[in-house]
Amino acid sequence: MPDIKFGTSLPSLNEKEAVDEVVESHGPVTIEVSERLVYGGKQRQKERRHLLLPALHALQRASGWISPGGLDYACRILEVPPAEAYGVATFYHLFSDQPPNGDQILHVCNDIACGLNEADDLIDGLKKEGYETKSSPCLGQCERGSAVFVQRVASDDSVLFDTDPKEFQKSLTKSSEKELIKLPQAGSDHLRLLSRIGIVDPNSLEEYRSLGGYEALVKALEIGDEQIIEEVTKSGLRGRGGAAFPTGIKWKAVAEEKRRVHHLVCNADESEPGTFKDRILMENDPFALIESMTIAALAVGAEKGWFYIRGEYPLAKQRLIQAIEKAEKSGLLGEDILGSGRKFDIELRSGAGAYICGEETALFNSIEGFRGEPRNKPPFPTTNGLFNEPTVVNNVETLANIPRIILNGGEAYASEGTDQSSGTRLFCLSGRVALPGLYEFEFGATLAEVLDAAGGFSGSGNLKTILLGGAAGSFVTPESINLPLTFEDTRNAGVSLGSGVIMPFSDEDDLTKTVLRIAEFFRDESCGQCVPCRVGTVRQEELLIRAADKQSFNTDISLFDDLATVMSDASICGLGHTAASAVRSALNLGLMETK
Amino acid sequence: MFGVGGGTSSYKEIEEADAIILWGSNARAAHPIFFHHLLKGLSNGAKMWTVDPRRTDSAKFADVWLGINVGSDIALANGIAREIIDAGLENKKFIKNATSGYEDFVSHIEPWTLAKTSKITGVPAEAIRDLAHFYAKAEKAQIAWTLGITEHHTAVDNVLTLCNLSLLTGHVGRWGSGLVPLRGQNNVQGGGDMGALPNKLAGFQNVDDEKIRSKFETVWDCKIPPEPGWHLTEMFEAMEREELKALYVIGENPADSDADVNHARKVLEGLEILVVQDVFMTRTAQMADVVLPAALGWAESDGTVTNSERRVQRTRAAIKPPGDARQEIEIISDLAKHLGDNSWGQPTAEELWEELRTVSPMHAGMSWERIENEGGIQWPCPDENHPGSPFLHDRLWKQPAEGRLAPFSCVEDRPPVESLDEKYPLRLTTGRVLDSYNTGVQTGNYESPIRSGEALELSSFDAKKLDVSSGERVLVSSRRGSIEMTVEVDSDLPVGLAFATFHFPELADVNQLTNSAYDPKSGTAEFKATAIRVEKLVNA
Amino acid sequence: MNETTKTPSETLVEISLNDKKISAPAGSTILDVCKQADIETPTLCWAENLTPVNACRVCVVEVEGSRALVPSCSRPIEEGMVVSTDSERVNTSRRMVLELLASSVELDRADKEILEWIIHYGSNPDRMGNSNEIKTSKQPVKIQDDLYVRDYERCILCYKCVEACGEEAQHTFAITTAGRGFEAHISTEFDIELPDSACVYCGNCIGVCPTGALVFKTEHDMREDNSWNPDEQTITETVCGFCGVGCNLELHTQDEKIVKVTSPADHSVTEGHLCIKGRFGWQHAQPKN
Repeated sequence: MPDIKFGTSLPSLNEKEAVDEVVESHGPVTIEVSERLVYGGKQRQKERRHLLLPALHALQRASGWISPGGLDYACRILEVPPAEAYGVATFYHLFSDQPPNGDQILHVCNDIACGLNEADDLIDGLKKEGYETKSSPCLGQCERGSAVFVQRVASDDSVLFDTDPKEFQKSLTKSSEKELIKLPQAGSDHLRLLSRIGIVDPNSLEEYRSLGGYEALVKALEIGDEQIIEEVTKSGLRGRGGAAFPTGIKWKAVAEEKRRVHHLVCNADESEPGTFKDRILMENDPFALIESMTIAALAVGAEKGWFYIRGEYPLAKQRLIQAIEKAEKSGLLGEDILGSGRKFDIELRSGAGAYICGEETALFNSIEGFRGEPRNKPPFPTTNGLFNEPTVVNNVETLANIPRIILNGGEAYASEGTDQSSGTRLFCLSGRVALPGLYEFEFGATLAEVLDAAGGFSGSGNLKTILLGGAAGSFVTPESINLPLTFEDTRNAGVSLGSGVIMPFSDEDDLTKTVLRIAEFFRDESCGQCVPCRVGTVRQEELLIRAADKQSFNTDISLFDDLATVMSDASICGLGHTAASAVRSALNLGLMETK
Repeated sequence: MFGVGGGTSSYKEIEEADAIILWGSNARAAHPIFFHHLLKGLSNGAKMWTVDPRRTDSAKFADVWLGINVGSDIALANGIAREIIDAGLENKKFIKNATSGYEDFVSHIEPWTLAKTSKITGVPAEAIRDLAHFYAKAEKAQIAWTLGITEHHTAVDNVLTLCNLSLLTGHVGRWGSGLVPLRGQNNVQGGGDMGALPNKLAGFQNVDDEKIRSKFETVWDCKIPPEPGWHLTEMFEAMEREELKALYVIGENPADSDADVNHARKVLEGLEILVVQDVFMTRTAQMADVVLPAALGWAESDGTVTNSERRVQRTRAAIKPPGDARQEIEIISDLAKHLGDNSWGQPTAEELWEELRTVSPMHAGMSWERIENEGGIQWPCPDENHPGSPFLHDRLWKQPAEGRLAPFSCVEDRPPVESLDEKYPLRLTTGRVLDSYNTGVQTGNYESPIRSGEALELSSFDAKKLDVSSGERVLVSSRRGSIEMTVEVDSDLPVGLAFATFHFPELADVNQLTNSAYDPKSGTAEFKATAIRVEKLVNA
Repeated sequence: MNETTKTPSETLVEISLNDKKISAPAGSTILDVCKQADIETPTLCWAENLTPVNACRVCVVEVEGSRALVPSCSRPIEEGMVVSTDSERVNTSRRMVLELLASSVELDRADKEILEWIIHYGSNPDRMGNSNEIKTSKQPVKIQDDLYVRDYERCILCYKCVEACGEEAQHTFAITTAGRGFEAHISTEFDIELPDSACVYCGNCIGVCPTGALVFKTEHDMREDNSWNPDEQTITETVCGFCGVGCNLELHTQDEKIVKVTSPADHSVTEGHLCIKGRFGWQHAQPKN
């Protein structure tokens, strides 16, 4: 498009091929028809900008970093100004603008759950063995602990857990994801979203169909778009991503938007510390999500679907890609879905290490090839979403409810759970419980019931506190054990279900360390766009470090309150709004006072 | 255009256009702030074609760039016009209501089939067809141009042919649709406004009209010769004939800026007396018998200038002129006194302006106070209650059209005067770059980090053929002179085309090469089309 | 779409502003209405000639029904909206935004009103801790050519320079926000030097910078030798002497010398933006030698 000034560095052959592969399907922006006739322009440039993120992934994989030559090459093809592309690349933790020391980088989780699991020892051990190691925010492997995300040059990413530093290279070559997962609640009649998990072969469309898969899509095509929305509205389904917005209302708003194109985005950027539910759904029942998205797309008139999955979930990504391909081949996606004449495509996009991209508008910017900074709302995604077009964004778990609503009807769905919280909910149990893992309960189950199902508190010492809802949630005391885990009860109690994290701690755990890690998490994950969050999260962490050094958390409480207030009141997005939430609850409960 | 000496549109209109044709203009470099408005148009969804032999920085923003042969603009416009009519895309109602000469025009352009146009312009027939449809089908369309249209021996015809396109489609006289000539220098429009044209008095009033003359004569208390004077090129011819013997040059540097500058210098040297009034000791000033040091117009003087959207704006003195430099009004008034006329006195800029208002109807409503308060006013502004005119010719849309009907012009394609041959096989075209200006007098003084310096830009193909690469020295010759230059290979240049700026005469006196053949109607020389030969210089 | 290209709407919308009813054209922002009602509202990242990015959050107001505070610079008014600009919540957030910035960034060369707001809202950056024990943006000044000085320890990351360099005016895209969180900063690609970057020295970034992080070399040099004196400066409006566009210039003169050139943001020709010639071409008026 513009008269861009490019650099003089050249790409390596690998980098060039990697970028070419990404842009192949779309072709370059500028087409030289002849020496006297050249097509280009802003429109063609805009239509290709979203290839920047995949191109950056391809470059990072090709040479272990985003080199000046590689970046410049991608910029020339996509006609993105190099400075802008650099700004995008440096936004994500999984991209490096420095050459790697070796051919692999280990990102070791030392976040809240793994932190209880001696993650720091693992980091030290790996460093001692000579591995290039970085500490990482939560990798979403909390039920199995001490996770390591491995980026290797010219090779697929992988995730390992429970590894011995000395045996690390060996475990890297060993494939461990062949077997079906075993859920703690396996075999229970009460499972809804999890009913096929651990039973169906995630790579087999036939098996999925033999277990009832795609019956809902067939029925959805029969009952028609309006009826789909009607059933979803009647079901009372509310978003599981944290905001609990009624799904039917969102869908209706987009369905009624006259402007085209409509988009459907599945938000699979699960990054809330302690959360792994979406990963388990994606890894073990991927076709269910493809089917759910297809139904949603029909209902809201979306021609285009986007699956935005966090970069640290390589297995889920791989399984979704094969599921999309198989669905396309079988006429379940594409130009003519099941002979209905309706069309819908899904493009999968991978994040690159940025918690903020789970915020829906940041996610749009990320897909579009810009820095993953949230946008101000309003306008809302239903009118000005992805590419500024009407967009529905639903979380993975939310979408997973759709087939059942279509098959059994909205009313049947609403009969489970409570009035305001219908259906079932997934809970991610980790930390000091006997049987960490993913659980599904009808809304209304109490904290005690869920904990009991997971074998209750486990470990030395006594139950001191439970973190509800993740880093953006809050700590509660054992007195809250009878709290029904519904939207309304948690709201009334001044806490939040968030992403369904339930993480108990013992009175022997170093909660100061945990709270500092939460403060570090927000400081690290703040996008930096707005002042309250960019500086506030830094000052919050500094204040806690100073207090921890002095072993006194009372002195600066007015400063903390002011920081919490400005972040919660004046930040652009939910990250800033909740950045002080868990810390505040820990201070209020005096969790760090004595050890 | 259509009887008025200025562009039809306001800059802001291009922000709302849906089709933009940038024709013979590298506004990105030469008119950067107009280009900001154009960019807003693109951001708002407009599509743009650029017609230019070079794929300039401006062309890189375009949806389509059409690299026509230098000097084939009339051919292209005729071909477009024929295609518009052929496809039934002409605006029949507008043509009927507002124009004259349509039938003649239709038969005149009949030979200009896509095939013929393609052959003459060097661009594919389908692209010409697409451009015709693009322009004709647009709701609001603007054509903007600069010296790529006017620095040809067919300058005026080139402009007329673009006017034809606007008449054919009705893309004139409405907000968002129009014709935008971008003036090369800051007060070209204002000079015209004030009557600095050989055949016009202030307000574009004809000098050969007795009624007009007598109006001025009453106010000025003098006799005005009824015959039009000479334009610049005619003056040089008169100097050559030794008919013109004394020259008073104000703020111009013809010894560097004229085409075929060797010839120009020779002619200037032959003058009996050369007086130069300038702010710098330019090359021309150095040749002068008398130099009158002047204050800077934009920073050391009060006055007005008119921009390319016909907006009259105030300049104000912010600093004092150095040394003996004086206000130009003072110098000229004093000169009048020395010539024996004591009636001038020492008027202020405001007094001169107020006098102008009494003789120039298009400026009549612009009081000094209004220009101050309103951030400039666009002419015509006939009375003090008139808000000024953001765009012209809405009269053509009245039913029936008011005033004189807008005429179609039957203009012939005439290739550049200087054709290419074996001896001079390359086409040199000159132009500007972003950080420099004209002969560099005003821009040589600041430390621009992006200054490129002089270079002869060659296509990759020609550079290879000549066995030269960037940084190497070559001898560049035209039928008028030879200079040494440094080569810069520009992969965006088409084969056979070379480019140079004229900003650095002390490094490369490019105007020694350029052709002084000019358009008899405007007097503008054909800077854009020189035939040259390039030879590699081997280090001795 | 840039605000300035819109023609004001005929329809009026009525809102309640600090308990008073007020009407304004549909499409107005809360900030527009505050201006109309003479309510002073602090802004840092807002500029008349740029689309609001609402990143600084200092202009927040309370809107009934909205849990969080709302940036007045970008929120369009709606019929019946109830807005307060002077509540305790608003004042706390404004105080804190300024306090957070002042604790991390050098503001001594910022626009005068910024310093006044810091006093007005009672911001006390010192309570964030000693400057040696808290993170700040302290860093060396960047001087890489004869025209610009980039002094990023004064940068509040208001994005204005990036917007003016990019989509909002110049479309050169030489600079961007790179990095993330507190490490986010304005940079060229790989932090290459400005003369090697795409920069065309239009100076529009400097024109919109509110804190003196981006200044002309002339101003920087004068500040360094203590001769920069805004109180002694005169601003004269005139028209650029180069091409035929006719851009409006504001010549800032001190001691009979031009020391800086700006352009009025509210003029339809330039909307406050210039090119390298308009911004720096004045040096022929007072050659260095």
